[in-house]
Amino acid sequence: MNCDDSRAFLHAYLDGELDAPHAADFSRHLQGCPSCGRALQALESVRSSMQNANLLEPLPAGFESKVRRQLDKVEEPSSPASSPRFPVWRWLAAAAALLLVVGGSWKFAQKAREGGEPPASAADAAASELVDAHIRALQPGHLTDVTSTDQHTVKPWFDGKIAFAPPVRDLAAQDFPLVGGRLDVFQGRTVAALVYGRRKHFVSVFIWPDATQDMEQYAGTWNGYQWISWKQTGLRFCAVADTSREDLVALKDLLSR
Amino acid sequence: MQDREQFDRLVLPHLRAAFNLARWLLRSREDAEDVTQEALLRAFRFFSGFYGSDARAWLLQIVRNTCYTWLEKNRPMDSAVEFDESLHLSPLPGPEAQALAGSERERLTRALEQLSPRSREVIVLRELEGCSYKEIASITAMPIGTVMSTLARARERLQQLLSHPGTKEAVHEL
Repeated sequence: MNCDDSRAFLHAYLDGELDAPHAADFSRHLQGCPSCGRALQALESVRSSMQNANLLEPLPAGFESKVRRQLDKVEEPSSPASSPRFPVWRWLAAAAALLLVVGGSWKFAQKAREGGEPPASAADAAASELVDAHIRALQPGHLTDVTSTDQHTVKPWFDGKIAFAPPVRDLAAQDFPLVGGRLDVFQGRTVAALVYGRRKHFVSVFIWPDATQDMEQYAGTWNGYQWISWKQTGLRFCAVADTSREDLVALKDLLSR
Repeated sequence: MQDREQFDRLVLPHLRAAFNLARWLLRSREDAEDVTQEALLRAFRFFSGFYGSDARAWLLQIVRNTCYTWLEKNRPMDSAVEFDESLHLSPLPGPEAQALAGSERERLTRALEQLSPRSREVIVLRELEGCSYKEIASITAMPIGTVMSTLARARERLQQLLSHPGTKEAVHEL
């Protein structure tokens, strides 16, 4: 093992994450290499000063019982959750309460919901996560991992990164120009996200394999963003944007053609 | 309600870890209180979808997402992460900073808080919470290779900040 290799293993060695053969190689190298030895010592010294300094943040007094009380309120939707200091908190408590009470799902055709309502179904709760992911992606530099209007560039980019092939089509002629694609994480799994332009807005279309029997379409509004979700060819789609519901339905129709 | 019992048993024991991560990501105990509460409610709301075995990693993932969403809303400069670590490096001294500089704890806190959130979170998860690379990968949704390189860069940067507080990050690292 030379020094360049050794540097790559330094941190994994320090963290006890090397397998036995590599760890043995590394120790042998250390014995004959003062420079790597010093590097390791420096890292160990920062680590031990961090441990000695007691940097773990203790819980504020009474915090756990406060959290428990908030959770209690979720279970008793009749008791008003009150915390004037943090209105979002109160709103979320109501949302969670409603989620527990209502449950179930409703059909796309039955939905004409106003914005600002709490999520009323598992689909709503899931979509709220995707809306958050879309909002995060709107931060500069986060929108796309591969930026191209060419479907033949975007589609192969996903190869090897995910275990399914999202259908990628440029819809510029229909006024939904392809902007690019990115990977996102939703409920702990990696999903594909295609980004389309719509006038001055962006639409994220999240796509992941869905082995369930659920063929329903869902739609809703979360924090002022519209979303619709549907299933085709074993994949679940969810389109999110701050455009109109009609725009998303049009995009869905184009993608399912 | 059975869900609640399960939640209390599996998730609540990790409240301290949740608060610790939020405090370091937000650099404020007060904001961390609000955001941790919000994250716990969120976790409870999504709890029926939790089938994994690692409740701590699952909760910390939610805390982390809640923190970033909060930062984007309230302190957009803070969450514009990878690209502008240098933005966080305010020139150090000032009378208060000098007064704080005394203890080792303050010195380390100061250096940690100057790291970008992405660097800070891997250090906090690894050194303070003792998470494995695999756990960090699942909490941060990064591949393990990225966890390793982020951690290596973060430690180098931390060493640099501890030996020369207030320095700007070298351009090639941006």
